[in-house]
Amino acid sequence: MAEAVNMPKLGFDMAEGKLVRWMLSEGERVEKGQVLAEIETDKATVEVEASISGTVLKHVIEEGTIVPIGNPIAIVGDEGEDFDLEALLGSVPAPLPEVVNDTPSTSPQPEPATAELLEGNGKLPGGVRASPLARKLAKDLGVPLGAIAGSGSGGRIVKKDVETAASGPTSTRMTGSGILRETERVPLSKLRGVIGRRMASSKQQVPHFYVTTEIDAEPFMTMRKEYNEILAEDEKISVNDFIVKAAALALREFPNINASFDGDSIVRHGDVNIGIAVAVPDGLLTVVARDADQKPLPSISTEVRAMAERAREGKVHQEDIEGSTFTVSNLGMFDIDHFIAIINPPEAAILAVGGVQERPVVRDGQIVAGMRLKATISADHRVTDGAEAAQWLQSFKDLLEHPLRLVV
Amino acid sequence: MAMITMREAISQALWEEMELDERVFIMGEEVGIWGGTYAVTRGFYDHFGADRVRDTPIAEGVIVGAANGAAMAGLRPVAELMTINFAFLAMDQIVNHSAKLRSMFGGQMSVPIVIRAVSGGGRQLGATHSQTPDVVFAHFPGLKVVAPGTPHDAKGLLKSAIRGEDPVMFIENATLYQTRGEVPEEEFLEPIGVSKVQRPGSDVTIISYSKMLQSSLQAAEKLSQEGIEAEVVDLRTLRPLDMGPIVESFKKTNRGVIAEEGWRSYGIGAEVSSRLYEEAFDFVDAPIQRVAQTEVPLPYNHDLEQMALPQVEDIIEAVKEVL
Repeated sequence: MAEAVNMPKLGFDMAEGKLVRWMLSEGERVEKGQVLAEIETDKATVEVEASISGTVLKHVIEEGTIVPIGNPIAIVGDEGEDFDLEALLGSVPAPLPEVVNDTPSTSPQPEPATAELLEGNGKLPGGVRASPLARKLAKDLGVPLGAIAGSGSGGRIVKKDVETAASGPTSTRMTGSGILRETERVPLSKLRGVIGRRMASSKQQVPHFYVTTEIDAEPFMTMRKEYNEILAEDEKISVNDFIVKAAALALREFPNINASFDGDSIVRHGDVNIGIAVAVPDGLLTVVARDADQKPLPSISTEVRAMAERAREGKVHQEDIEGSTFTVSNLGMFDIDHFIAIINPPEAAILAVGGVQERPVVRDGQIVAGMRLKATISADHRVTDGAEAAQWLQSFKDLLEHPLRLVV
Repeated sequence: MAMITMREAISQALWEEMELDERVFIMGEEVGIWGGTYAVTRGFYDHFGADRVRDTPIAEGVIVGAANGAAMAGLRPVAELMTINFAFLAMDQIVNHSAKLRSMFGGQMSVPIVIRAVSGGGRQLGATHSQTPDVVFAHFPGLKVVAPGTPHDAKGLLKSAIRGEDPVMFIENATLYQTRGEVPEEEFLEPIGVSKVQRPGSDVTIISYSKMLQSSLQAAEKLSQEGIEAEVVDLRTLRPLDMGPIVESFKKTNRGVIAEEGWRSYGIGAEVSSRLYEEAFDFVDAPIQRVAQTEVPLPYNHDLEQMALPQVEDIIEAVKEVL
């Protein structure tokens, strides 16, 4: 019995998804759970697994097409089976036409319209959807409409878009020193847009406060060194793994920090899931080390490494990036002494960690060489206060300074 | 300037024109001794007498028919229809006589009558007494159709209607009688067939008239709080329709919403948007939106009735749609 596979909802605020690539062709055998296609959402590219076993009878949409969640993307059934496509598709709206451009360009430019778009939109003049005013303006200003991304409803190019396009990128010009420099205007990627909205909303709505401490890094760095001597190259434990583990244990001790503000109540999460900010091309993603308080350090390390790799390749699984209750952001690898992070809503706090630095420290009245690490917690004042955040930080510091507790 | 109600403004216009011109007289159901269903002609009977303030039988065909005859014979009748819904009973007189006699008989006579009719829903009067069929009358060449949205315009336009040579359907929205506005104390006229910007703005043009003018102005105030400045253009006259200020405004804002109380299909919004597409195509930056009544016979139940009628929020929503 043929069944439609629908565009899955891969996040609570996902409204539509773009089919990036079919992993199985029409006619191929598919097992339940096998990866059928790659979907690009606002946040990431994720793999869609088949919900039933059978044969891929039909790709309902082509690669590059954006459809609302719940719309059929493929038909799976018995090999050679006759199926009523119309009945299976039901009365779903037609897919949104998507501008397709497979040629990677060095600087992201608005993608020009193609024959496919033209087909999807009937016979639009010039092959693009543009308001009459935008058309006239583009003609008057000599701006090719095909090179403009539309911001109006349904991707329509409106006056503003033409004006923006006409005002930049500015042409190459001479500067005082005679060097040619170009100004370019780069449209926001989906990820950049999401990060921007979420961070702006967090900074505007969450009353942040910050508490910083300095940690003696020598004990856990020594332990890490010993640990890594006996581990294979691809199993080595990072500084960040220690930090994640210590943060998780400290959170178990302070459930009010492992929490979310929810209007008239505070949700103290049962699980301690540590989000780890991973820089990806064009932005950052937070991969999630689940139950990090309970998992041994090597498991955390292996899992995080795999998720971070997937994130950097743009292939995260949905579960890789959801469900975090606290986030750790570490810029230590860039030789950063110390920084402050913006809370990742709806979490109540985020920890910003600098690099382990060798520096003179005072020990027993003597100045000696030591290793230090600075960490700053940003916390939501609606959920917690300075004293509690400071106590948490103290516990976190204590765990790292007595790292045996992280491994037993 | 005095702040007076729409009711007072209309009453003043009638009174002044009757004082100025002996040929002006009023006829209709309950207009005399009772003073009018909406109390517009209260006191007229005592002042002007039974000859000039005539109570009629409940027979709308007779009211308009007799007024047509009186107008052809040289008088200036103001015929009142208790509600515009009853104008359907006088449709032959209005459409086939008032509107056509002058052109059909080579200009031998004109028909300078004013038919005052009360339009609009929202008062729980049931489907047959709550219609806003203003556009029906605007369909016929030969009639002028005036529908003011402010006391100022009501007074100035009614005086012009009474003085003009052509038959005028003067449509008053029942829910506006208590609406107050500034009206000059000295004599003034407003020209028929001229649209007017009632509120300046730069982001979007809201086009409306009568009751929906007031709703549009309220919507514009709320939008202003969100930083959206709407220009509100009042049609004031449905026929002849003056597109000048509308096109001018639209060329500035490039975005339009038309709000009317009647049904959407074949309505004012259809006409105005069509003309905008014809006259200002190169200035269209988003599909023009129409706000109108849900296409059902208007329910009696209060909540359902309000749900069917276009509200301020609907206009705001439409504006956001086009922006």
